[in-house]
Amino acid sequence: MAVAVGRPSNEELRNLSLSGHVGFDSLPDQLVNKSTSQGFCFNILCVGETGIGKSTLMDTLFNTKFESDPATHNEPGVRLKARSYELQESNVRLKLTIVDTVGFGDQINKDDSYKPIVEYIDAQFEAYLQEELKIKRSLFNYHDTRIHACLYFIAPTGHSLKSLDLVTMKKLDSKVNIIPIIAKADTIAKNELHKFKSKIMSELVSNGVQIYQFPTDEETVAEINATMSVHLPFAVVGSTEEVKIGNKMAKARQYPWGVVQVENENHCDFVKLREMLIRVNMEDLREQTHTRHYELYRRCKLEEMGFKDTDPDSKPFSLQETYEAKRNEFLGELQKKEEEMRQMFVMRVKEKEAELKEAEKELHEKFDLLKRTHQEEKKKVEDKKKELEEEL
Amino acid sequence: MDPLRQSPSPCSSRPSSPKTPPCEMLGYVGIEAVLDQLKIKAMKMGFEFNIMVVGQSGLGKSTMLNTLFKSKVWKCTLPGLAMPTPQTLQLKSVTHVIEEKGVKLKLTVTDTPGFGDQINNDKCWNPILGYINEQYERYLQEEILITRQRHIPDTRVHCCVYFVPPTGHCLRPLDIEFLQRLCRTVNVVPVIARADSLTLEEREAFRRRIQHNLRTHCIEVYPQKCFDEDINDRILNSKIRDRIPFAVVGADRQHLVNGRCVLGRKTKWGIIEVENMEHCEFPLLRDLLIRSHLQDLKDITHNVHYENYRVCRLNESHVLPHGPCWVNLAPTPPGPSVAPGPSKACRQAREDSDDNEDDY
Repeated sequence: MAVAVGRPSNEELRNLSLSGHVGFDSLPDQLVNKSTSQGFCFNILCVGETGIGKSTLMDTLFNTKFESDPATHNEPGVRLKARSYELQESNVRLKLTIVDTVGFGDQINKDDSYKPIVEYIDAQFEAYLQEELKIKRSLFNYHDTRIHACLYFIAPTGHSLKSLDLVTMKKLDSKVNIIPIIAKADTIAKNELHKFKSKIMSELVSNGVQIYQFPTDEETVAEINATMSVHLPFAVVGSTEEVKIGNKMAKARQYPWGVVQVENENHCDFVKLREMLIRVNMEDLREQTHTRHYELYRRCKLEEMGFKDTDPDSKPFSLQETYEAKRNEFLGELQKKEEEMRQMFVMRVKEKEAELKEAEKELHEKFDLLKRTHQEEKKKVEDKKKELEEEL
Repeated sequence: MDPLRQSPSPCSSRPSSPKTPPCEMLGYVGIEAVLDQLKIKAMKMGFEFNIMVVGQSGLGKSTMLNTLFKSKVWKCTLPGLAMPTPQTLQLKSVTHVIEEKGVKLKLTVTDTPGFGDQINNDKCWNPILGYINEQYERYLQEEILITRQRHIPDTRVHCCVYFVPPTGHCLRPLDIEFLQRLCRTVNVVPVIARADSLTLEEREAFRRRIQHNLRTHCIEVYPQKCFDEDINDRILNSKIRDRIPFAVVGADRQHLVNGRCVLGRKTKWGIIEVENMEHCEFPLLRDLLIRSHLQDLKDITHNVHYENYRVCRLNESHVLPHGPCWVNLAPTPPGPSVAPGPSKACRQAREDSDDNEDDY
C-alpha cells in the first residue's frame, strides 16, 4: 500500500484567524501547573575566600538560617561542600543547593585553587550527560545538580581584582553563569566604591572574562535588567541580625558610628542582587545553564570521545561502540538484578529450611520427652499394680 | 511494575529526601516570581501541538477539526463533489499558527483519508504507525546530534483522535485491531462520530459496549489509568474515563437559535447545537484536548511514548546517524515491528500490574 505524505515546507505556515474562543490561552497556566507540582531546582555556587561572608549572604538572601559552622583557615586545599534545602513559598517548592568553596584563598600556593571548582562543575555536567545517554533514562524526575549561578565574592580592597580572582573567573566563565559581587561592602566609602566598580569591570573586559549578561531581549524585563546591569558588580552586605530602625525591625549591622541597613538601596546593592538573582532571572539562569554551558560541555565531551556530526566514516563506528557499550551495560544491569533476586531467593529458601529443621528437632525432642515421661508413668503404674497384687 | 510503565509526567510529587531538610523562611523572598518568568518564557517561545485524526471517510473528521479550532483548518469535502476516494491510504499534514490572547500555537493536523475505505483493509494501520514512528525517529536523530539546535522542532503526534462509526452495536474488528496497535505508540482518544444519528439511550448503551470492548482487549486509551499522579488526578480522570468515548457532532456553520448565534447542524426536525451539552459531548472533547489536558498529552508523548521508542531503537545497535540528512536505516524494519517490542513487554507488565491493582 503506497503512502504519500504531503509535508508542508516552512513557507506554507499560514496564520489562521479564529472565529471564536477556542480556549488554548490556558496553555501557559497548564504548563505552570505542571512545573509547580514538579518543583524547581536551583543550584548556587559561592566562590570566595574564607570569612568573606558567603554563608551570611545566603542566609540573608533566602531569609532563613542554613545551619553551618564557620570554616577554619587551615584547609590544605580547596574543597567544595554542597548542601541541599527544600524551601516553599505559597505553592512553589524550590530545591535549593548551595555549594561552598571551603578553603579558597587560604593556601600559600594558590596555583591549583581553581581546579576543584572546575572539576565539580564538570562532574555535575557529566552526571547529567550520563543520564541523558542512558538507554532507559528518567530525565523528568532527575535531580538536576548543575550549577545555575556562580556568585563570585570579590574582597573589598578598594583597589582592583586580585590575580587569583582573574584566573579563577577566566577558568569558570565558559562553564557557569558568573555574577561578580563585592562582599562586605560596608567597609568601602561611597566614592571609593564607584571607582572600585569601574576598575573591576574594565579589568574583566580587558581580560576577556565573560560574566553573566542579564537578558535584555524580553520587553517585560529588558528595562529592569538594563538599569541593574549598570550597577555590576553589586556591592552587598549580609546580615541575619535585626536592629530596630524607627519603629520597625530591619536586617542591619550595628556599628558605633551608625547602622548599615541591608535592604536600604542607599546603603548597599543587596536588594538589586536579590531582584536579579531570584525575582527576575532565575529561570533565565537555569535556561542558560542548560542550553549554553551544558551543550558546550556535551559537544566537547562527545567530540573528545571521537564523534563528529558530518563525517560518515568515523561516526557510525564510534557511536555504535558507545551504544553497544550502553546496551551491554543495560543488559548487564538486568542480569545483575536477576542474579541478586535469585540469590535472595536461594537464601530465603535456606533460611526457611533451617527454621523448619529447628522446629523438627524441637518436635522430636518433645516427643522423646513425652515418651520418656509416658514410660515412667507406665512403670509407676505397673509397680503400683504389682504392689496392689502383692497386697491381695 | 515494569519501568516502561512508570508514571511519566513530571508531576511526581517527590518527598523531601533525608538529605534535603525543609527550611522555614522567615520572610518573603520572591521565589514564586519564577512562575511568572516561566510564563513569559513560554509565551515568547510559543507552543506546538500535533493532532492526527483517523477514521473512515464521511465520518466528519475535517469538520470536527474545524469545529475544534474554530477556523478553516481543512477544506471539507462535501459529498457529491468530484473527489474520488483515494485508492491508497494517504497522510496529509498541514500546519497553522493560531493565536489567542497572546498565546501562539503552532498546530499541525494530520488527516488520513482512505483509512478503512478499501475492500481489503488488512494492515491499513501500517502507514499510520510508520508515520508516527518516523516523527519519533526525526526527533531522536536531532537529539543525538553533537551540535543540537536550541529548540528541537517537535513533530511527534501528541494525540490521535479515532472516529468510531455510529453503528450502535460495538467496536468492529478493524477498530479493535487499530486501537490495539496504536494505543502503545501514541495517545488515542476514541470518539463516536456523527452522534446525531443516535438517541441518548442508544448513545449510552453504545458507549458502555465500547468500554467493555476496550477492557476486554486491554486497550488503554487516553487518559491512561497507570499515569495518574495523585488522588486528584485520578478523580478527575476517572470522570473523563467514564464518558469516553465522547459522542460528538461537528459543525462549522452558524445558525440563529433563540437570538443567539450558535454552531450547529440544521435539519428538518431541529437544530443540533454543537456546544450544547444536552445535544452532544463536543464540549467535553474540546475541554479535554485543548483546555485542560493539552500539556499532559505532550508530556506523556515525550516522557513515555518517545522514551519507549528510543529504548527499542537504541537496543537494536543499528543507530547510525549519518549526518544532518538522516538516512533511512535499512536494518530497521518498518513501523509496526518496532511497536510490538514494547507492546509485548508492556502488555505483560500491564497484566501484572492489573493483578497488582486487583490486590490493592
